Amino acid sequence: MENEAYLALFIEESKEHVQRLNNQLLLLEKNPEDLETIKEIFRSAHTLKGMAASMGFEHLTALTHALENILDALLNQALDVSQEVVDGLLTACDVLEDMISSIEEGHENPHDISGIVAMLEEIATAQPQETLRKSVNIQHADSQRGEGETLYDVRVSLSDDCALKAVRAYMIVQALEEDGYIVEANPPLEAMGGRFQEKDLSFLYRTKQKESEIKNRLNSISEIKAMVVHPHSQSDGTPKKGDKTSPTKTIRVSMERLDHLMNLFEELVIDRGRLEKIALDVEHVELQETVERMSRISSDLQDIVLTMRMVPIEQVFNRFPRMIRSLAKDLGKKVQLTIEGESTELDRTVIDELGDSLVHLLRNSMDHGIELPHIRQQQGKKEHGTISLKAYHSGNHVFIEIKDDGGGVRYDHVSKRAVERGIVTQKVADDMTEQEIAQLLFSPGFSTAEVVSDVSGRGVGLDAVKSKIESLGGAVSLVSKQGEGTHFFIQLPLTLSILSALLVVSDEQIYAIPLSSVIETAFIEHQDIRSIHHKRVMDYRGTIIPLLFLTDILSPSSLQKKIAQRSFVVILKKGASLIGVVVDFFIGQKEIVLKSLGHYLSGVFAISGATILGDGQVALVLDANSLMK
Amino acid sequence: MSENEMKIIVFLLRNEEYGVNVEQVRSIERMLPITRVPRTPAFVKGVINLRGVVTPVIDLRERFLFEKNEVTDETRIIIVSVQELEVGLVVDAANDVIDLPLREIVAPPELISGVAAKYLSGVAKWEERLLVLLNLEEVLNQEELHALHDADFSYS
Repeated sequence: MENEAYLALFIEESKEHVQRLNNQLLLLEKNPEDLETIKEIFRSAHTLKGMAASMGFEHLTALTHALENILDALLNQALDVSQEVVDGLLTACDVLEDMISSIEEGHENPHDISGIVAMLEEIATAQPQETLRKSVNIQHADSQRGEGETLYDVRVSLSDDCALKAVRAYMIVQALEEDGYIVEANPPLEAMGGRFQEKDLSFLYRTKQKESEIKNRLNSISEIKAMVVHPHSQSDGTPKKGDKTSPTKTIRVSMERLDHLMNLFEELVIDRGRLEKIALDVEHVELQETVERMSRISSDLQDIVLTMRMVPIEQVFNRFPRMIRSLAKDLGKKVQLTIEGESTELDRTVIDELGDSLVHLLRNSMDHGIELPHIRQQQGKKEHGTISLKAYHSGNHVFIEIKDDGGGVRYDHVSKRAVERGIVTQKVADDMTEQEIAQLLFSPGFSTAEVVSDVSGRGVGLDAVKSKIESLGGAVSLVSKQGEGTHFFIQLPLTLSILSALLVVSDEQIYAIPLSSVIETAFIEHQDIRSIHHKRVMDYRGTIIPLLFLTDILSPSSLQKKIAQRSFVVILKKGASLIGVVVDFFIGQKEIVLKSLGHYLSGVFAISGATILGDGQVALVLDANSLMK
Repeated sequence: MSENEMKIIVFLLRNEEYGVNVEQVRSIERMLPITRVPRTPAFVKGVINLRGVVTPVIDLRERFLFEKNEVTDETRIIIVSVQELEVGLVVDAANDVIDLPLREIVAPPELISGVAAKYLSGVAKWEERLLVLLNLEEVLNQEELHALHDADFSYS
């Protein structure tokens, strides 16, 4: 069936439209007067309906139709934007989302939508409708006309034998809306779904395109008998400043293909390493030059391939306003969520893995952080709590901060609980600083909520968040002040698969240490290795830091080797703490491709993966974070 | 091959013949350089570069019989794929593919050639040879790997 080919596209696009509906509805809730937002919502709902109708999903069409009725009433100002209206529309969005997911899973129309449709109809007819539409629209369209935009009259006739007029009409609307805005349509856009039978369509169309471009666009659609495009007669010649910027051209590429490209590229990086080694060995100048050139080009290519996989973190952040809103309702709290830096880009794999952890931290802030409105008032705080979510780039990392102005961590409770749970002894707990106590929250088996609530504390705690983020090569920490709020910091690598590493040798094997955790390399003389409480330490620029021997860590059962007169040390960092690691010797810096050790060996201590070196041999990649423990 | 037969890759471990279902076998490799993976049980030999894929390798002789293996020209790595796992098995030799009639397969005895029954899916007589069929799901059981792992390093 032809539809099959479009199904994936349909699902992808409908999800985007539902997401847009959600976002715009939340905007509308804040600015109920904003007609432009209502229009935006209407457009999304309308496109969704058209798509659903042409794909033959009747329930989906019926529901979006009911949604449209309300929006139409709002647009005509026959209905005011009230809390009930927004709630109703949001509920409908949830149902839409469910329906689309079940279509994705392969069962069509399993939902009983009569209830929700009836509810929507009730809302739509709550106030008498008036038909102000036409005049409102045109005025608005004119005032909204952007720079260089012109109004056109577009008339299209479909061929008489066109079987699927609804689909053609839909395609025409899509083609026009791709780079412009349909101000008015006759027959109206709402009528174009389902069993649409008209063959003459006319549009009032606002766009930056030239006549010929519009024609070209429409010419690509089959079964069109005739078309006329000319500038709208009433349009005056003074363009006004618009806020619409022309979108960059994009195409959709399936993730699978990108992954494949990435894999092929990784192979290339490995071969590049091999070639570099060969060129060096044979001492052939021309070969060396060619290889050098190739290396440069492949570094450029590497940048492109990596950025292609980068997606804005918006994809994860988008669902939070909805989540916070409904959580606030459930918990009877008043909360405002501010989001910054949603355009910050991260590798797709990281983003996919990140969502749950962020949800957890936000739920945590909602549940344990922000206090109930009356308690906040008693404490002289604003009734509305604030949670801010912020993402930004810095160096080779992306940082995400989640900050709330709630009650903060109650250190006495935390240390008491930690002792009860046997995570630390009373004696240790007494000596801990607040900062150290805060880190206890990340220990396995710790949950401070007095009552296990529905919101957070369902068995998985912050330890799950921590291990997830660490498995992504990142780190998480928190700073909290009692009574003032909690601030979570998440640090993530920009990308997971290709990284710069320092190659070292220990026990006759090569290990790679990610450069992101290396501060510097140094030598240490035997007499400079000191001992405190039977632990080896060294003096690093005036600070005493722990000193580990890589052989001891990696094969604890092997016999202690004699310490050489002069040892090679790598200084590693994790957060603010430093550590010296003694290795047999250094090889140098290298771009490596991080590969998994295979499922069978998951969770091996201190090893985060492996890489294939230029000579084909496998080197293990050390996880500097776990050496710090 | 008829429905009543199963294609089996036959390999040697200390002169005994073992078999695995050919459907679970990806390839048979000559010995490759192995990178040791620290802090894993002794039978985990390490990882190899299998045409660009890092693949774990275990030594079956050490896994079952707890004795060291000597690498010879005959030594092979059988790459098997079970559920999500892809693992290389080091064996003394692998040189036969046979069609085994299903009716020849009987349940394994408690202990055979020193290998516990739970690692076996059956034994079969074939042309006067005794063939021990491995239950790879159990051989590659990860819980056991972690248990052994913990035991090995409980003192560290």
